[in-house]
This record gives sequence, C-alpha cells and structure tokens, in this order.
Amino acid sequence: MSILLKGLKIINHNNIEEGNLLIEKDTIKGITKETPQAKETVDLSGLIAVPGLIDMHVHFRDPGLEYKEDIVSGSQAAVAGGVTTCLPMANTKPVNDNSTITKYMIDKAKECGLIDLCPIGAITKGMKGEELTEMGDMLEAGAVAFSDDGLPVMNSEVMRRALEYIKTFGSFIISHSEDKNLAGKGVIHDGKVATITGLKGIPAEAEEIMIIRDILLAKATKSRIHIAHVSTKGSLKLIKWAKEEGIEVTCEAAPHHFSFDEECLLDYDTNYKMNPPLREKEDLEAIVDGLKSGIIDAIATDHAPHHIDEKFVEFDNAAFGITGLQTLIPLTLKLIKNNKLTWQDFVRLTSYNPAKILNFSDKGELKAGKKADITIIDPDFTYIFDKNINKSKSINSPLFGKELTGIAKLTIKDGKIVHKM
Amino acid sequence: MSYTKKDLVGMKDLTKDEILFILDQAEKFKEINKREVKKVPTLKGKTIVNLFFEPSTRTRTSFEIAGKRLSADTINFSSSSSSTTKGETLIDTVKNIESMNSDIFVVRHAYSGSVKFIAENTKAGVVNAGDGTNEHPTQALLDLLTIKEHKKKLEGLNVAIIGDITHSRVARSNIWAMNKLGINVKLFGPKTMLPKETAPFGCYIASNMEEAVEDCDVIMMLRIQKERMSTVLLPSDREYAKFFGLNKSKLKKAKGDCIIMHPGPINRGVELSSELADCKQSVILDQVENGVAVRMAALYIVANNI
Repeated sequence: MSILLKGLKIINHNNIEEGNLLIEKDTIKGITKETPQAKETVDLSGLIAVPGLIDMHVHFRDPGLEYKEDIVSGSQAAVAGGVTTCLPMANTKPVNDNSTITKYMIDKAKECGLIDLCPIGAITKGMKGEELTEMGDMLEAGAVAFSDDGLPVMNSEVMRRALEYIKTFGSFIISHSEDKNLAGKGVIHDGKVATITGLKGIPAEAEEIMIIRDILLAKATKSRIHIAHVSTKGSLKLIKWAKEEGIEVTCEAAPHHFSFDEECLLDYDTNYKMNPPLREKEDLEAIVDGLKSGIIDAIATDHAPHHIDEKFVEFDNAAFGITGLQTLIPLTLKLIKNNKLTWQDFVRLTSYNPAKILNFSDKGELKAGKKADITIIDPDFTYIFDKNINKSKSINSPLFGKELTGIAKLTIKDGKIVHKM
Repeated sequence: MSYTKKDLVGMKDLTKDEILFILDQAEKFKEINKREVKKVPTLKGKTIVNLFFEPSTRTRTSFEIAGKRLSADTINFSSSSSSTTKGETLIDTVKNIESMNSDIFVVRHAYSGSVKFIAENTKAGVVNAGDGTNEHPTQALLDLLTIKEHKKKLEGLNVAIIGDITHSRVARSNIWAMNKLGINVKLFGPKTMLPKETAPFGCYIASNMEEAVEDCDVIMMLRIQKERMSTVLLPSDREYAKFFGLNKSKLKKAKGDCIIMHPGPINRGVELSSELADCKQSVILDQVENGVAVRMAALYIVANNI
C-alpha cells in the first residue's frame, strides 16, 4: 500500500521545502520532487504538510463520563483537528490509577484506530494526593507520564517521592500547578475583571508558588517535571530560571491562554471559564513570547469537554474548561498570521518538541523512516465552527458558531487517511 | 427620559440619566407611603415573585411591601441556598415559575452574575435584589435618594465607603453609580477586604480611617460580610472596631453636617458605635424607609417594559 501526496509545502522544525511525500505502509518512504508510482495519488497543491500533531493534554472522559466525550468521539475530534497522538489525563471515573484502566483506554483507541492514545496515569491512588500508584505497572501497560491534573498534589512530601520513584522508570511527572488553598473558591483570574464582576479571583501566585515548589523538588530529586498549561508571566520567569539552572523542566501552554484574556469574562460567559483562568493581557503576551523564545516547549489543548447543562448554569457552578482539539490549528495560525510565530515554530511546538519530551523517536518529523503521521493544513480555509465541523460530543467552546480560518484538510495516521474534509 | 430595559440588573449597566430617572420616580412614589391608605392600583393584576436563593429579611420585606403598595400580587419563594440543592437547575426553577405567568422576578442569589443569567433567559422582568458580591442596585438607589434628600444635590459630594469592599455588592453598585453622577468616592478598609486590583473602581483609596473620613459629606459604613468571607481576613472584631470602625472622635475629621449611612444589619460596636448609629447624623432608618419607594419605582418601571 503506497500513497503519494503531491504538491505540498512540507514543513519540519528545521526546514521548509516544496515537494511530494511518498508513504509506504505506515512509514514515510521519502520526500521527492519526482512523481513516483503509487497505489493512490492525492493532489494537495498549495497545502501545507506538517508532522501529525501531538497533543500532550486532553480529557476524553472515558471511562465513566462518556456523555461528555468518549475515546471514539475524542479520537474523531482529534483527527479532525489534525492531531494524531493524544495524551488523555487520568481524571476519568474511575481514575486511571491502575494498569487495567490504562489498558482499557489503549485497547479502545486501537479498536477505533484513528489516533495513538497514550494515557497519563494518576500520580496517587484515586488522585487523593496520598499514596503513589503502581507507576511501573502502568508504564508497562502503555502509560507515558503521570499527573493528578485538576487535583494537584498539595503534599510536598508525596510530590517529592513521586519524582524520585518515577526516575527509576525514566518517565516524568506532569504538574497541574495550583495551590488549592490560595486559589480558594476562585472562578476567574484575580485581577481587574474580578473587581468589576464580583466573581471570586484565583491569584497568579496560586500557580507560581506550585511551579517553583515542583521545580525545586525536580532539582532536589534530579528528576523530570513537565508543567501543564502555564498561564502567567511570572510562571514563565520561574521556568526560564529553572532551565538556565539545568533543571529538567519542560512546559506547555494552551491555545486559549495565548488567544483570550480576562476581559472575555466581563459578560459572565461560562464558555470562558477555565482553570487556570484567562489571565491579563501582559500574561497573554508573555505566553506568545515564550512560545517564540523556546521557554514554552509545547502547545497542548487541555481539551476539556463538558455537557451543555454543566455550562448553562450560574457562573460559580459552571464546570471549568473548554474543548480545544479542533481549534488548535486556527488559534495557533493566528500567531503565524500576526508574525508572532513561524511555521517552523508551529511544528516545533505541536509535534517535534512533544515527541522529544515523550521519547517518541519515530514521530515529530516528516522524513524518510519516520512514522507516516501527517497533517495537511489549508491555512486560508474559512468556515463556521458549527455542528457539521465539530466532532466532539461537547460544544463548550466560545468559538462554537464563530468564523475560523485554517483547518486540517487531511489527517494521515500510520499511513492511512483517517480524516478528510 | 425614560427607562426601556425589561430588567434592573446592575448600576454598572445604567446611564446617568437612567439613574436620575429612577430616583425621580422614587421621589414621586415616596408620597404614597405617607398616605393613610398606602396603596395605589398601579400594578393591579401583575404577579411579582420574590425569588430568594439566599436568606434575607429586610430586602425581601421591602420588596414585598413595595409590590403590595402597588397592588401587585407578591409571592415569596425561598430556598436555603440554591435550586441545585434539589438537583434542579436554576433556569429550570425560573422557567417553572415563569410558566405560572409571573410578570416580575425579584431575585437574590449567592453567586455573582446569576441575576444577569436569569434575566437573559426569562421573558419576565427581573430586578436584582443582590447577586453574590456583584451588585445590589436598589440598595444603591435608596442610598442615593437618601443622600439627595439630605444634601439637596449629588454632584460634587465627597463620600467615603468604608469596610469590606471586596465582598460588598452594596459598595460595587454605589461606586458604579456615584462615579457616573460626579460624586467623589474614597474607599477604605483592611487590605484583606480590598480587591487586588482597585483601579477599575476609579476611586481614591485612603490609607487610614482619618484620611478616609476627612472632609466627607457622607460616610457609608459597610457591614462585615461574615457569611461571605474566609476566616483569615480579620484577627478579631475588636481589632476591626479599633482601626476600621467609626466612632465619635474619628467623625470629627468629616464635615460638621456629614451624614452616616449603613446598609444594615449593623454589627453594633464593630463597624459603628451605638452612639453614632443612633445619633442625629445617622440616616440609617431613612435609608430603610426610602428602600420601599425605590423598589416601588423599580417594579413600576420594569413592569412597564415587559
């Protein structure tokens, strides 16, 4: 089985070239200016080929909360968004804190056959922050990293031991950095919009205090930490310092944090309610700078589907989070259009770096011998993000019903076309 | 000038002219409350439902009296905290009561923004009777009416709002309204009770009680919102009274004819000494009286727009 993708602008983290991509079975055979014979030839003139996107942070709600999303609908949303590898968080119901659940998730994704699903296991049993999970066993089952995302490990001793223990297995911990005591009952950023709306604020320091704690624990244990969804300027300063010190820290930012700021909340629209909350303009600008400078290693969506009834309530009662898989491309392309990022930055942040962080040696680049996970993007395609486009079970996005530009036209996973629009 | 909205959600949404229009209407309604027969047929046949998802005595009673004096049928609905205690969503509760052909909802709720949320999802008129720490517009209107009566003007006055600013919907509504009306507002309170960002208020932040009350025409003391605060905001009532409470000696810094206001209920000896709460300069009971007239005006105006 061979496929020839013709007439592409092929973008890697370190170069851009015009040419054709030849795929044989599940592997990239090569990039060529020629037109070799193939069983199937697809003319994609004028479009852009990037390595299949790797989203290090999603919530697929399966098992347990399938009414919001399940592994099948999550996979469909992923490939429609150009994402070929997803790391679902452990806050399923029951929590993914043992190898049986890890295996269930992987098997279901394989059966669906659209993406590589690489679960993130819980750090502690039941995500209660008390006892460590059987991390080795879960890694054997296919887990790739560990996090109690959403329920941060407040006990520093537990976090220290988790970092020490995971080092044995060469994996790493993902920190949802939030001091829950300082965040209190906050629902938005503790800034001027909290003053205006009377909504309770979550200070930036709730994030920054935990980031510095986890960085120091990573330093002390010589272990590896990845900071999830960085949202403040201060957090980036701390991470920059840690990197300069040689501490093994990486981090990710979510598209909503570089696309929206706290002012979106002046109308109490629950679709903008997320955790960490939308911060101030200068935080947003710092994130954009961090993406460019390399302080931020990856873009991850924190795709957090919720049923409409969980958002159509009083602001305080509304669930945190928005869907993100299908808006990753258009929101990030805005930065390219505004000359804040280049296409090569895009590839570095959405596939090359995530592959490196996750030790996926066969992903993150379009070159001979690498896995044929390929996303074909039409950067100028304009459309309304509506129910015809949306593949997630949920529509909790402020962008739903809005006009977007840039889309995944074709997504190829293991050499097979898994999405075509 | 008129008021064309079907709801009264917050002072933040109103123009100066709209505020003055409601005050003007309230002044007219005040006369009815002084008659022997305190009732007019203005809202006869209208159904007003007081939807109180948070405990209240004076505001609910004030709205109920206001509705009854306008001949509306007023019904009280109370829920210990919110509709969700029984598993029903807030909007389902509202829709159910709306289906009984209610005309106006007077809503109090523990969460900021919840009254706006209701107003956007019901055909009935909605009057905010306090939503979380966001707004309490009729309280601000009755405060303004009281000030206007005593000072014969609003523009150019110096007003100090003192106490728990962060957790006070009364403070927020007054600040938004007073800024629009050209009143000079100073704020003061413990730093634990001031928002992290005070710039949006556009008010001077005083650094001590003396500076706060200096040269004031009006001092508005706020209630410590014990039910809304965490336990780490204040060391003790005693310390609060000493540094943030109003007493006779601190009052000397204000203008001689300065009036003292308080939205009630007063924590006597904490925010205000009893000596001041009951003195001639205190207009606290005038505020309560004006509350009925303001709420009659609010209900009347909203009823005309649905």
